[in-house]
Amino acid sequence: MAIVFKRPQSLTDAKFHYCPGCTHGIIHRLVAECLDEMNIREKTVGICPVGCSVLAYDYFNCDMLEAAHGRAPAIATAIKRLKPECFLFTYQGDGDLASIGMGEIVHASARGEKISVFFINNTLYGMTGGQMAPTTLLGQVATTCPYGRKVENEGYPVKMAELLAGNEGSAYISRVAVNSPANVVKAKKAIKKAFETQAKGLGFSMVEILSTCPTNWGLNPVDAMKWMEDNMIPYYPLGEFKVKEEK
Amino acid sequence: MNKVLMKGNEALAEGAILAGCRGFFGYPITPSSEIAEYMARKLPKIGGIFVQAESELAAINMVYGGAATGTRVMTASSGPGLSLKQEGISFISEAELPCLIVNISRGGPGLGGIQPSQGDYFQATRGGGHGDYHTMVLAPASTQEMMDFAILGYELADRYRIPVVIMAEGTLGNLMEPVIVRDEVTSFPEKPWAISGCQGRKPNIVNTLHLTAEGLEQRNRHLFSKYKEIGMNEKRAETFMVEDADIVVVAFGLLARVIKRSVIDARKHGIKAGLIRPMTLWPFPDEHIKAVADTCKVMLSMEISMGQMIQDIRLAAEGRVPVEFYGRIGFLPNPEELTREIIALAERKGL
Ligand SMILES: Cc1ncc(C[n+]2csc(CCOP(=O)(O)OP(=O)(O)O)c2C)c(N)n1
Ligand code: SF4
Repeated sequence: MAIVFKRPQSLTDAKFHYCPGCTHGIIHRLVAECLDEMNIREKTVGICPVGCSVLAYDYFNCDMLEAAHGRAPAIATAIKRLKPECFLFTYQGDGDLASIGMGEIVHASARGEKISVFFINNTLYGMTGGQMAPTTLLGQVATTCPYGRKVENEGYPVKMAELLAGNEGSAYISRVAVNSPANVVKAKKAIKKAFETQAKGLGFSMVEILSTCPTNWGLNPVDAMKWMEDNMIPYYPLGEFKVKEEK
Repeated sequence: MNKVLMKGNEALAEGAILAGCRGFFGYPITPSSEIAEYMARKLPKIGGIFVQAESELAAINMVYGGAATGTRVMTASSGPGLSLKQEGISFISEAELPCLIVNISRGGPGLGGIQPSQGDYFQATRGGGHGDYHTMVLAPASTQEMMDFAILGYELADRYRIPVVIMAEGTLGNLMEPVIVRDEVTSFPEKPWAISGCQGRKPNIVNTLHLTAEGLEQRNRHLFSKYKEIGMNEKRAETFMVEDADIVVVAFGLLARVIKRSVIDARKHGIKAGLIRPMTLWPFPDEHIKAVADTCKVMLSMEISMGQMIQDIRLAAEGRVPVEFYGRIGFLPNPEELTREIIALAERKGL
């Protein structure tokens, strides 16, 4: 009998620790499938963040390094420059990338580092218990904006894909969501395109992936998907924001 | 023998290159910037990598990544820059990655000044960042040692899988002296732990997270057993006229070199002075202190700070001899001033 579905080789056998309904697991799998399909697992170095996905080094079956909070793009920069034959990816949450690591991500993009960044936007700090992130939506309640995010107090949510698309060094920037089977397929295509951009040496690539955090949103997994569709996608539109073509 | 006139900062950078450094990551700051500039000129020509980072935070994390590939990499900075690097140094220490971190020291706290200083002694020797760890700290006193300690630094870093800090006063970075250019290092240790793609082997993981109490305790114990070994093998100090000395001055860096003159001058005044110059600030050469603690009458810690190393001297002396202090801030005192201090101390102690 033919095997039609199995665990990607680029994932280890370790069980994910993610909460039920959390989409970190889906995204891990998509990244791993792309590594398998492009046959680059043995050339890949992944950098995991500080956040719920801090243990990603236990899940990806390739060389991995666990970064300090927000610094993954700087670490990836050095490894890629010293080992240009390697594929480098960072996997970062929105606190990690858009708050404490804002400096590192903007400059990695501006320099056109040939790395692929997978940016998991779940509108808050999952690991530390649901505090506000730069991506928290207006009106959204988080433990450090208990009355809802207000422009006067917390300013506007940051749109990272749009921001980084403005950098010349960015070669591929897109935003996807993993809320439906159709969108999951699109997300995988974007992830693959990011790796292909790296393979072609075109520059920096980032895929922003809208992700759920049912635990800290206080919703069940199904309602969390619906909340993402109703609230996140309207503010964080899906699509490609920068696609540099080969000359 | 190839003798060349060089600035301290250049000698250090050239030493690092001779030792096989192929990655430099830094952010400009006086008085260390010449190291970055030297590397920016040289590294691309020999297949190396130079990246001007957006901040010292990014720079030290580039060192973290670079060192993880097994390449000999480094960064250099001063004062406020070193403060920003502490987060990364803590991670690198835990991950046990060899690398070179250079502190061409300036005065603080705050923005302080760009004059020479030894006020980062505590930061360098106590780990500096969060958690229980140490880095090795080398303190050169000449342009020659700037080169030699860069080479030695990489050797020690690789041997013990530890970040090595070279700490030199800003003046030493700018001091021009003839330097014997050393031979290129050609043999390097294997680094089976390095990450650069897992072709033909199991994946390697560089990680500093240990969520269980036992796991974390085990890691800390492992680090400290390594530190113990380093302490047994690697303490280095230069001693000068200490055998019959009544007053033993303890000082490091360029200041110690100036004090050599003062020791000689004090002897001309009939005062039996001597000098211990720690070359490793961590591990601190306490045996060298202990060796004279019973024969001398007083020790004198001289520092370009308000007094930091004096604590290590006192710990080493174990109360067997009084330890006095003389410090200046913001400049390298001249030998006459230091001689006067030694004479004044001799008078106070009736020596
Ligand atoms: C320097 C530093 N500051 C703060 C923290 C605490 N911390 C751990 S995870 C985290 C937020 C992570 O949130 P995010 O990046 O959005 O990822 P998620 O957990 O939502 O996947 C914070 C603030 C830390 N580990 N290091
Ligand atoms: S806290 Fe949120 S982001 Fe973290 S694992 Fe749980 S659901 Fe996922």
